[in-house]
Amino acid sequence: MGKKLFRGGVHPHDEKERTASLPVVDAGLPERLFLPVSQHIGAPAKPIVTKGDKVLGGQVVAEAAGFVSVPIHASTSGTVRSVAPYAHPLGAEQLAIEIEVDGEDTFVEAEGPMEPIADPFNHDPNEIKTRILAAGIVGMGGATFPTHVKLSPPPEIGIDTIILNGVECEPFLTADHRLMLDRPDDIINGLKVILAIFGLDSGFIGIEKNKPDPIALMQDKAASLGGVEVKPLEVRYPQGAEKQLIHAISGRDVPSAALPMAVGTVVQNVATAVAIWEAVTQGKPLTSRICTVTGDGVKEPKNLLIRTGTPIGYLIEQCGGLTDDIAKVIMGGPMMGLSQYTLDVPSTKGTSGLLCLPASQVRTEPQKSCISCGRCVSSCPMGLSPTTIYNFIDADRVAEADEWDTLDCIECASCSYVCPAGIPLVQYIRYAKGRVLARRRQLGT
Amino acid sequence: MIEAALVLGGIGFLAALGLGAASIKFHVETDPRVEEVAEALPGVNCGACGLTGCNALAEAIVAGGALPNACIPGGEDVSKNIATIMGLDAEKAEKFIAVLHCKGVHGKAIDKGQYLGIPDCRAAALVLSSPKGCNYGCMGLGTCERSCPFDAIHMGDKGIAVVDAEACTGCGSCVRACPKSILDLRPLSMNVHIRCNSPLSGKQIKALCSVGCIGCGRCEKICPVEAISMSRGLAIIDAEKCVDCGMCAQVCPTSNIDDALAPRRDLLIEEEKCIGCTKCAKVCPVDAIEGEKKEVHKIHQEKCIGCQRCVQVCPVDAVMLGAERPKPGAKKKTSEAATDG
Repeated sequence: MGKKLFRGGVHPHDEKERTASLPVVDAGLPERLFLPVSQHIGAPAKPIVTKGDKVLGGQVVAEAAGFVSVPIHASTSGTVRSVAPYAHPLGAEQLAIEIEVDGEDTFVEAEGPMEPIADPFNHDPNEIKTRILAAGIVGMGGATFPTHVKLSPPPEIGIDTIILNGVECEPFLTADHRLMLDRPDDIINGLKVILAIFGLDSGFIGIEKNKPDPIALMQDKAASLGGVEVKPLEVRYPQGAEKQLIHAISGRDVPSAALPMAVGTVVQNVATAVAIWEAVTQGKPLTSRICTVTGDGVKEPKNLLIRTGTPIGYLIEQCGGLTDDIAKVIMGGPMMGLSQYTLDVPSTKGTSGLLCLPASQVRTEPQKSCISCGRCVSSCPMGLSPTTIYNFIDADRVAEADEWDTLDCIECASCSYVCPAGIPLVQYIRYAKGRVLARRRQLGT
Repeated sequence: MIEAALVLGGIGFLAALGLGAASIKFHVETDPRVEEVAEALPGVNCGACGLTGCNALAEAIVAGGALPNACIPGGEDVSKNIATIMGLDAEKAEKFIAVLHCKGVHGKAIDKGQYLGIPDCRAAALVLSSPKGCNYGCMGLGTCERSCPFDAIHMGDKGIAVVDAEACTGCGSCVRACPKSILDLRPLSMNVHIRCNSPLSGKQIKALCSVGCIGCGRCEKICPVEAISMSRGLAIIDAEKCVDCGMCAQVCPTSNIDDALAPRRDLLIEEEKCIGCTKCAKVCPVDAIEGEKKEVHKIHQEKCIGCQRCVQVCPVDAVMLGAERPKPGAKKKTSEAATDG
């Protein structure tokens, strides 16, 4: 077991030195919060407040609409000003709940369904899962998949391995790095709650070797608390991708089109573990997270503790504002993040970073022709052929794109990173995925 | 040498016998007209008829599953030829062309930012809804241009698609390709089009585009035949009812409605030329032309809307363009002149 490196991948410079040593500071409260009802993968939550309602921090403002869905909580107290379409990090406008912040920051009492659980390690697993759902917890690495769904595999599937993801392979970001330094006990306790759900004794925490300080600290804590094995991992992007991480730690390969549970494994981000611990022992819903605001396009890069729904413009103000030669603001990191067109966009439960790039660091020249060098093929950690998929989708040949396993793409962007012709391969594949799914729906398969 | 020739010749003879026997035993009766019809079709396999290609349409026409005028891109000539082959009367199919319901060129419609992604509207729609501020307008990335089998749409440098009415055959490829459904097929004879697709309110539109439909409803009010309806803050012309009078275009405060004939002119019949064929009177959508057969016709100016259909049908070029017509509102137009067009 262990030490196996996945195939493919790339070595971008990690650029983490800007913020790796900076402690997390509270970003404070903006004047207005915008809580999108869709901050997770799955059905958007259903708003249960209307204009004029007074809300307290931690109060449910939109409830889960289906199994793969989670509720949204107000991240501070204030008055609902509107429930209307608003800018969303994914591009298209989506319904959001606008809250005028009153500055009191009063939170609801943790009682009833959110009452703290005294002994979480010996509690009914179903109640813990219900609590995780009630707290609105989603995967905080960025994919924002509802955590209670991940923790509820079908009964016939036996889970024997739990892995916490502290890899943070995305360049520039240091949110998980700081969390591991600040709250190692909570991370390990959160992991133990997950272990208890599955009746297991020990789990793993995977951390890339470019973060020696959290590795040392977590190993220390693991020795004293027990039940956890810290796995230092080779530095290669995308080491933190779920399937690559499972391969590195347990040597198992998740089959094509399957989920990690198919190989008896559940992976959770370290921040998700902390959120679970807080929800279970303090009755706290997920209303804040750590976000790294960084890059040469922002005056003072910082690690901020942010409320969900804070407009990114406010977060950038807290970091001294943008430089004059700013060209691009990306939500997330440089590899998988999404460029934003307005600073009004609110942060969500999955906003692990804001990357501000000056003009000199943004490539704007148009793409050139593919020279069939094969670098994208050798860099793909999923063993796909990005150039083939690109050629098919560019020619509108969706059926062939499907045959070339387009849907297996994890969108890590290694192919786009290495392409010497500057072809936005991962963007084409993401587009191809949409077309493939639409075609499958049309065919009814 | 001789042996080889005999062996090969023998094999060839046996194979020929086998093939000959098979062609008699497994003979399939085919209608020779299928080939003739396929020959008459344009052969570009555009799919406008809804079938997989020209051969499929030929089979359908011969089998009676499609009319001789089913090939829209082929136009009148093709349907005539096919009707002759099939021994049927050619019914003239009205020609349609693609019309873009957006006028948001660069400078009129604001952009969200600089879009550097995949130059394809469908891809851009995934990440941004639209690179333009308005999420309903033409994105200008040319997906329709690439989908057109007849090279009839061009993007130009203004940021919106421009349909070449001459080259467009109305096959509908672009209509299916456009992720914003801004293109639709309209009769070629229509000169008046609403060039906006946004249901946003007037205030919202004004912030994003200076030539969008603000939903004020003035066109709906002035329309003499009730062909315009307001749907969620957007005016829509019913092509069936529209008589092409162009009044809506003249009252539109954002100049969103295009009138290809603007400015409209008075129409006059030259008495010396008119042969009294009555063609103009028949085509007039508002019954503004009066005259008995074989007598000189006259246009009633108070009824005339300046649509120029009479100009097009007159066999002796007797209808002349006169002075520019006054704008509606200056003098109220007669609405009782309206017919169902």
